Amino acid sequence: MTGIPFLSLAIWVPIVGGLLALASGSDRNASVARFVALLSALAGLAVSIPLYTGFDVSKSAMQFVESYPWIPRFNINYTLGVDGISVLFVLLNSFITVIVVVAGWEVIKEKVAQYMAGFLIMSGLINGIFSALDGLLFYVFFEASLIPLFIIIGVWGGPNRVYAAIKFFLYTLAGSLLMLVALLYLFMESGGSFSILDWHQLKLGMDVQGLLFWAFLVSFAVKVPMFPVHTWLPDAHVEAPTGGSIVLAAIGLKLGAYGFLRFSLPIAPDASHAFAPLIITLSLIAVVYIGFIALVQTDMKKLVAYSSIAHMGFVTLGFFIFSPLGVEGALVQMISHGFVSGAMFASIGVLYDRMHSRQIADYGGVVNVMPKFAALFMFFSMANAGLPATSGFVGEFMVVLGAVQFNFWVAFTAATTLIVGAAYTLWMYKRVVFGPITNHHVSELTDLNNREFVFLSILAVCVLAMGIYPFPVTEVMHASVNDLLKHVAVSKL
Amino acid sequence: MNFVIPDFYPAAAELFVVAMSFVILMAGTFAKDSRGLTYALTQLTLFGAAAITLFTMDGQVNFTFSNMYVDDLMGDFLKLVLYFSVAIVLLYSRGYMNDRKMETTEYYVLAVYATLGMMVMITANHFLTLYLGLELLSLSLYAMVALQRDSARATEAAMKYFVLGALASGLLLYGISMLYGATGTLEISGVAQAIYHQAGNKTVLMFGLVFVVAGLAFKLGVVPFHMWIPDVYHGAPTAITLFIASAPKLAAFAMAMRLLVNGLFELADQWQSMLMFLAILSIVLGNFAAIAQSNIKRMLGYSGISHMGFMLLGLMSGVVGGDRHFALNAYSSSMFYVISYVLMSLASFGVVLLLSRVGVEAENLDDFKGLNKRSSWFAGVMAMVMFSMAGIPFFVGFFAKFSVLQAVVAAGYIWVAVVAVIMSLIGAFYYLRVVKVMFFDEPVDNTPLVASADMRVLLSMNGLAIAGLGLAPQALMSLCAYSLLGSL
Repeated sequence: MTGIPFLSLAIWVPIVGGLLALASGSDRNASVARFVALLSALAGLAVSIPLYTGFDVSKSAMQFVESYPWIPRFNINYTLGVDGISVLFVLLNSFITVIVVVAGWEVIKEKVAQYMAGFLIMSGLINGIFSALDGLLFYVFFEASLIPLFIIIGVWGGPNRVYAAIKFFLYTLAGSLLMLVALLYLFMESGGSFSILDWHQLKLGMDVQGLLFWAFLVSFAVKVPMFPVHTWLPDAHVEAPTGGSIVLAAIGLKLGAYGFLRFSLPIAPDASHAFAPLIITLSLIAVVYIGFIALVQTDMKKLVAYSSIAHMGFVTLGFFIFSPLGVEGALVQMISHGFVSGAMFASIGVLYDRMHSRQIADYGGVVNVMPKFAALFMFFSMANAGLPATSGFVGEFMVVLGAVQFNFWVAFTAATTLIVGAAYTLWMYKRVVFGPITNHHVSELTDLNNREFVFLSILAVCVLAMGIYPFPVTEVMHASVNDLLKHVAVSKL
Repeated sequence: MNFVIPDFYPAAAELFVVAMSFVILMAGTFAKDSRGLTYALTQLTLFGAAAITLFTMDGQVNFTFSNMYVDDLMGDFLKLVLYFSVAIVLLYSRGYMNDRKMETTEYYVLAVYATLGMMVMITANHFLTLYLGLELLSLSLYAMVALQRDSARATEAAMKYFVLGALASGLLLYGISMLYGATGTLEISGVAQAIYHQAGNKTVLMFGLVFVVAGLAFKLGVVPFHMWIPDVYHGAPTAITLFIASAPKLAAFAMAMRLLVNGLFELADQWQSMLMFLAILSIVLGNFAAIAQSNIKRMLGYSGISHMGFMLLGLMSGVVGGDRHFALNAYSSSMFYVISYVLMSLASFGVVLLLSRVGVEAENLDDFKGLNKRSSWFAGVMAMVMFSMAGIPFFVGFFAKFSVLQAVVAAGYIWVAVVAVIMSLIGAFYYLRVVKVMFFDEPVDNTPLVASADMRVLLSMNGLAIAGLGLAPQALMSLCAYSLLGSL
């Protein structure tokens, strides 16, 4: 343990920055708010980097652990720590926050301070979710992170934003409230401890495990989102402002998947094994059926939103085949999806800022007026379709390999996504970018400005680097994933 | 017959308030423009009472007036919160009452007597003392609701409140008389001992208990004794609604503790099942009915019903199959809940008062439209209150819900906890609607907010307290547990 509490810094630097931005007040000081926001986002990234550089990849235990009593009355502690699974998400989140601040730079003109503050506070809270080792601390961060996104969708969103914001909030809250009961039950059962690591060691009967598994499943399945409870996501994505969509896709969806690894699998391993066929089935439905739904979308954001659900289906599939390849592939897929879907939404945002339309039919021939944009968008679309040498390929390939060892037909069904995914992404790309210029609005488009070019290029570099050389990512998670799978293989009965 | 001079020391705060009430009456009668003076004197009374309570607090349980009166830590702590909340109520309501020509001596005197009534309820160790306190509070409140003489709505509300309140008092008295019949004493600790020694007819005792719980439920405003709440909250002038919705909840909690826990603890199994019934009904009905309201005072009224249901969840989890070691945890969680609720209630009605001005009652949801554009800060405060009431962390309302739910789960009623959390999801919808109206809609009325500086500062601090206690709830939780320690 080093002397500097990097995890606390990663949580509180953005939050304090957000409050400072909020304090800058009205839109007369909008540029102050922007610069405060950018500085705190960069500071948040800067304090997250030592978490990676100082991370000992040979250990599977929690690192950078900090622990202070918070509410001793209920034995609730402010315990933070990261292992190979969570450290990458803290980094990803801090990185995406910078992108989001830059992406909203001059696009947002009303209530700039509140917009920036919303994202910064959310960033801090999400870092808290990934690093909390105390069940209640996790829950508190998990719930509190709903508020900023609710406000962001509702204030800066599209025409149907109120419906989308309330649907988003209530759906997620519905899931997490049952988790609260599960946490309280575990608190009782463990004799008064909220420590997640203590709960991992807790012996539980099969029916109790089943109930806990379901309580967690409802909560995390909504967040992922998995097949039958996914309907809030397209609405939220379509109505959210670009920044909101980026954070939701890049980070928001990872919270549920992370919850499976931190709670469901290690706390209820027997129930996880018992219910694995169900989860695998739901995942395959997400991959195939949602893939086809994406194919028929006429709204670009909705299309990418459905493609996110399909990609997250890969993640849950990877988790529940219980092989190192599957879990690591799923984690790689999560990180990659963070970059790729974030970039897709950012690209659509670039178009939307100019045309104020997300309908595919309103576009056509964009390449003629926006060549730089077309090139980058092409690259991200390929990554979304899972082209080798992009990060999108690595994760999907690993999960499919893991699935082949598990069951050939599962792998076969999952692999169809490589076709369907390519179909919906590239077909959209063709209709929007290629062909002759369809209307005079398109002919008046201007190409990327420097700001847009820089942040899209950074994302492109990340996608490419991870596609060519994923080792720095897999290396970090290896020990923790093996340890987790060893733990899950041992029955708790 | 020899007359023993009672020990006045434990009741010093009450006596001080009585004395000050005369001073305020005199000042109101003889001073030329008495408004500022009576206001200052009333605040001084509360401040003085707080100082006396703090000064005389010794951590012991002292009885006086022939055991009719008890001074313990729970009472002292609740009284301190009580002074504090009444002082805030008076500060928030001053501008509103002044605008409507209601800032009269009578208002302040009634407020002082209502406070006195609550103090007596909190420190009663005798059914009759308790009843006297309750009536003093209730009569003052009836009069306060009717203060706006020319408003038909307020008069109707007062009438309804009075008739139903009198009925509830009757139920309570009837229950008390049965308890007296069964145990032969009216002293609360005496009743407890008599029941412990198996004295009295069990049937009579049970009947008495039912009536006592019914009377109590009316004062708390829980289903099915909640009918008065929406109408009174709606009909009364907002400043008076603020009064009714805050401090009396503390007194009602104290009354529940004195009657049920101090007096009838042996019958816990029986009254716990009654409270469970009341709690679940309140949480369900309160939350569903609140959805349909477009008047924010009515909405907060129904939300208050569900909050009191949540508070009862703690009270019903104290004894599990004769095992009493959960009691402290459960009752202190209820106490934490009720204090948190008072804090949130103060802030929510405070914002309603802030938006009201001469000729404008900002009591419809539409009046909150676009508040973020008119004043980001107070929209933020109201949003914090709403999220807190919905039970979203990091606000105190979450920890209030958390602490009662953990008591419920500890007592083994997991299904009750599941019902409660599902209902709080329903509740989240109407709280979110307020946030939605403030942040997502365009304002219909762009008049800048007018409010005195002290109100702005205090309301801001009230909002910050809701967030601050959410970040660090430990101190208040421990205080609740500590103050109850001596009374169990």
